[in-house]
Amino acid sequence: MSIKHGLLALLERGPMHGYQLRSAFEESTGGTWPLNIGQVYTTLGRLERDELVRSLPEHDGQREYEITDEGRTELTLWFATPVSRADRPRDELAIKLALALTTPGVDVRAVVQGQRTATVRAMQEYTRLKASPAKLADLSWRLVIDAMLFQAEAEVRWLDHCEAELVRQAPAASASAAASASAGSAGAPAPGSPTEPGQPAAPGARAGKGGRR
Amino acid sequence: MSILELRGVHRTHGTGELAVHALAGVDLTVEAGELVAVMGPSGSGKSTLLNLAGGLDRPTRGEVFVAGQRLADLPVRRLAALRRRMVGYVFQDLNLLPSLTAAENVAMPLELDGVSPRRAQRTARATLDAVGLTELADRYPDDLSGGQQQRVAIARALVGDRRLVLADEPTGALDSVTGEAVLQLLRGRVDQGAAGLLVTHEARHAGWADRVVFLRDGVIVDTAGPLPRPEDLLTAGGAE
Repeated sequence: MSIKHGLLALLERGPMHGYQLRSAFEESTGGTWPLNIGQVYTTLGRLERDELVRSLPEHDGQREYEITDEGRTELTLWFATPVSRADRPRDELAIKLALALTTPGVDVRAVVQGQRTATVRAMQEYTRLKASPAKLADLSWRLVIDAMLFQAEAEVRWLDHCEAELVRQAPAASASAAASASAGSAGAPAPGSPTEPGQPAAPGARAGKGGRR
Repeated sequence: MSILELRGVHRTHGTGELAVHALAGVDLTVEAGELVAVMGPSGSGKSTLLNLAGGLDRPTRGEVFVAGQRLADLPVRRLAALRRRMVGYVFQDLNLLPSLTAAENVAMPLELDGVSPRRAQRTARATLDAVGLTELADRYPDDLSGGQQQRVAIARALVGDRRLVLADEPTGALDSVTGEAVLQLLRGRVDQGAAGLLVTHEARHAGWADRVVFLRDGVIVDTAGPLPRPEDLLTAGGAE
């Protein structure tokens, strides 16, 4: 997503000046993407240079901008093009977990659980914000929040998957883990934890918990 | 006031080497007006926890209190009466009786409890109103969509003066929007003063809870509560 296309989409509604664009942008993204006015004018400058918008004569000290035909073509293309996954920032969490697996002394399951708690906590807040009576009728807002919720949910599902894989892989690791795990364990689970219910491979799973330390 | 309290609850199935410790020392309190979600992998003890909370199963060790009453102290008939009056259940498979209309299904727990059929019907219809099914009260389950059937099941769990609502994956296979409506109903009832315990593997549903507890290997390993500054979540990493 670029501010450029956001502004083009807003100008398709009609000519606007910088401050109007800023507030319309923030409104349509549910306040999740705050802009400063400098970003708006810098972007407008580039759009004008590329002939995607043109500035109108100044009026009451404000200069409005309107979208050009080239701008409309660009906008149509943007809506028609799926967002590329390659344009998104690299996932720090995935990299962190990958490193946790290969770094001595790291309790990977504790890393997984710590992230899960944080992500679910964020989801509680998104849900609360979404359900607030003042916003319930605002579909744009709810859909933006939903995007965050679904992304967070995907992260939790992936964490669940990671944990299941850790448990599954544990028996293979248990031999090498047995020696190092005997030093005892800190953190989850609670002391006196039983063998895994419904997990025939309980000894291996237990070794897995301590085996990465 | 705590409606549900579990103190040092253990539940072991089988004995000796074959023993499976479904729960191994769980302490959990749910207050009136509070919705608590329980998350955890399969076999972590989620459903066992819910069954113990509703008096459908007894702990091997530890105590369960519902509205201040220690369940172990209650004779079978009084336990059954407490379950009918105080506790509402929503299960993934809805257990609606196909030969009864929506209103009759909802009225059933009241009638079992000795409420006159006429009064039970009136209360059932009011509860169906509250879940948005006024027009469909006289339909049979087979004539209702999955989402509507789930609403009937929720109405049945909420009818009367239920102070503890227990839900096990209550949105089943519903689509995301219909499922969310079900969660909203549950949340609404809790906001009116009931205590709610929701077992789910879907984090999006757990998001409706005031507190999320994570169960693993029969013990609570972590809890997620409210954030001190939720506004920060919206703007974090937002602008380019």
